[in-house]
Amino acid sequence: MSDTLLEINNLKTSFRIKDDYYAAVDDVSLKVNKNEVLAIVGESGCGKSALAFSLMGLHSRAKIEGDISYKGQSIANVSPSKLNKLRGNDMAMIFQDPLTALNPLMNIGDQIGEALLLHDKKLSKNARKKKVIELLNKVGIPRAEHTFHQFPHELSGGMRQRVVIAMAISNDPEILIADEPTTALDATIQAQVLDLLNELKEDMKAGIILITHDLGVVAEMADRVAVMYAGQIVEIADVHTLFASPKHPYTRSLLNSVPNSTKSKAKLHVIEGIVPSLQKLPRKGCRFSARVPWIDESVHEENPQLHEISPGHFVRCTCYEHFYFPDESKEDQRHVVS
Amino acid sequence: MSFLEVENLKVHFPVKGGIFGRTVGHIKAVDGVSFSLERGSTYGLVGESGSGKTTTGRAIIGLNNITSGKVMFDGHDITNIRRSKLDVRKDVQMIFQDPYSSLNPKKRVIDIIAEPLRNYEKLSRKEERKRVQELLELVGLSPESILKYPHEFSGGQRQRIGVARAIALKPKLIIADEPVSALDVSVQAQVLNFMQEIQDELGLTYLFIGHDLGVIRHMCDHIGIMYKGRYVEQGTTEEIFTDPQHIYTKRLVAAIPDIDPKNRDKQLQFRKEVKKEYEQSYNDYFDGEGLAYQLQPVSKTHLVALPEKG
Repeated sequence: MSDTLLEINNLKTSFRIKDDYYAAVDDVSLKVNKNEVLAIVGESGCGKSALAFSLMGLHSRAKIEGDISYKGQSIANVSPSKLNKLRGNDMAMIFQDPLTALNPLMNIGDQIGEALLLHDKKLSKNARKKKVIELLNKVGIPRAEHTFHQFPHELSGGMRQRVVIAMAISNDPEILIADEPTTALDATIQAQVLDLLNELKEDMKAGIILITHDLGVVAEMADRVAVMYAGQIVEIADVHTLFASPKHPYTRSLLNSVPNSTKSKAKLHVIEGIVPSLQKLPRKGCRFSARVPWIDESVHEENPQLHEISPGHFVRCTCYEHFYFPDESKEDQRHVVS
Repeated sequence: MSFLEVENLKVHFPVKGGIFGRTVGHIKAVDGVSFSLERGSTYGLVGESGSGKTTTGRAIIGLNNITSGKVMFDGHDITNIRRSKLDVRKDVQMIFQDPYSSLNPKKRVIDIIAEPLRNYEKLSRKEERKRVQELLELVGLSPESILKYPHEFSGGQRQRIGVARAIALKPKLIIADEPVSALDVSVQAQVLNFMQEIQDELGLTYLFIGHDLGVIRHMCDHIGIMYKGRYVEQGTTEEIFTDPQHIYTKRLVAAIPDIDPKNRDKQLQFRKEVKKEYEQSYNDYFDGEGLAYQLQPVSKTHLVALPEKG
């Protein structure tokens, strides 16, 4: 039996604006294996969340092309009722903002219980309560029995996020999609939530898709990393390769813009320009070229493809071979590449 | 005499209850905070949400009423900013956290940036326009954009409009309340670089409020760490990051994600140890109510909240 849980092939998610379709996710192919954390990184507007929502079938008006298969079965265009059986049971999602993801009028116990009930109608009330308390304990909520009767507004941000996680793992999903699970949290609580996700991965042998823009979180959590820019994947590699020898100009620029301890007070790298909006997206050529104007136009591919430069390490467009930062000379760069 | 001196600052909010809305208690948002800032330096105020760091910043600029304590700015007492004769509000400006809600969506850029100018300086229309264009240029936006509305800008650009408004009156002190926490890393880099540039150019002093220790380390010379309205530790950036004394600080420092995946296991191990230490020695560092003790000096610049010896 293969370890691949989820396979995405040439996924394209387009939204209609006026009379035209614009692709927020464009030609994405990915695999998620058992017991693996795949991180998807990029700035806001890169299509990370659009990708996650496509996987869960949560876009109501998007045109979805390409194929998504879960354990060999296609789930891209199945009926909503079939999808409902899958969602929450085999695939679950942790949403970004725990306050808006929870129903303010329902107590914690009932909310988690609802997720259980939907997938097992025969579960008795008592069994349900027992299971919910078990889940609350599992995600590290102290005094679970008390929390069972509380409402979302009575809990702190970190606790709410735990409730959302408890809900997501209630039916032992095989795939967990975490959309910026720690963005709304403080540093110490972020560390706790990440540790919790790590434990869950070990426990349940689930595949986790971690969507984030925080490269520190990626470095701590991921096994493999996919970097997204303007709807496309521009680089995929295992986490060690990606941080040790990033290749795509976008990946390198991102890494360079994070403040770190070794270059205190030094200038941070700034990526010129902004992520283009869907309507302004160039329809051909390297999408990142506009943000590295000092790089000669001729080194970009006309129709950039992913190239496998070492096993498992893919980079889009050949411009990476000629890329250098404006504050370093071309000579330094050749040295690094060779 | 330091440039800004905050002495035993307390901000308590009343809690109303009962049918008559009587005050039944107080929330001690800021409970005895003292620190001082030198001219041209950057001071970082760190803490979790709810620790009182934003309230401290807002109290200094007069947006929250001060319950007791004293704030001295450049030799003047500004504790009661509304009644003080000298209008220091011109010299102390604020950059707000959220660039999406801190700009009036119905106003054009020129009106947003010119508002402080209209309050304090009598300029003709032409002069005003020229000043706003200069300011926009200074923050790296095109001078033609004065007639645009906030929604036409990206997050980083909006934050720079907020910065332009803050520096319009050539202030001496800027209180920056989490100025980059709503931004992406690349945009964050842009704003941080820019803040450093204008600091040198205009000789600004920053009170930088934040919870991202990576950013704080990058920007600040001195750091104060708050927990439940009190200080737990204060020192130079070097002292706080390489030699944290209080267990709470240690925990914060341990929680910073390491950008190198090779250190992952080491970091995890370290965090576990610190967590264990935190649980074991909690009572040594916090009093019966779970609050921090008074600060005790460790070295000339380094202060830690520990129980008094003996």
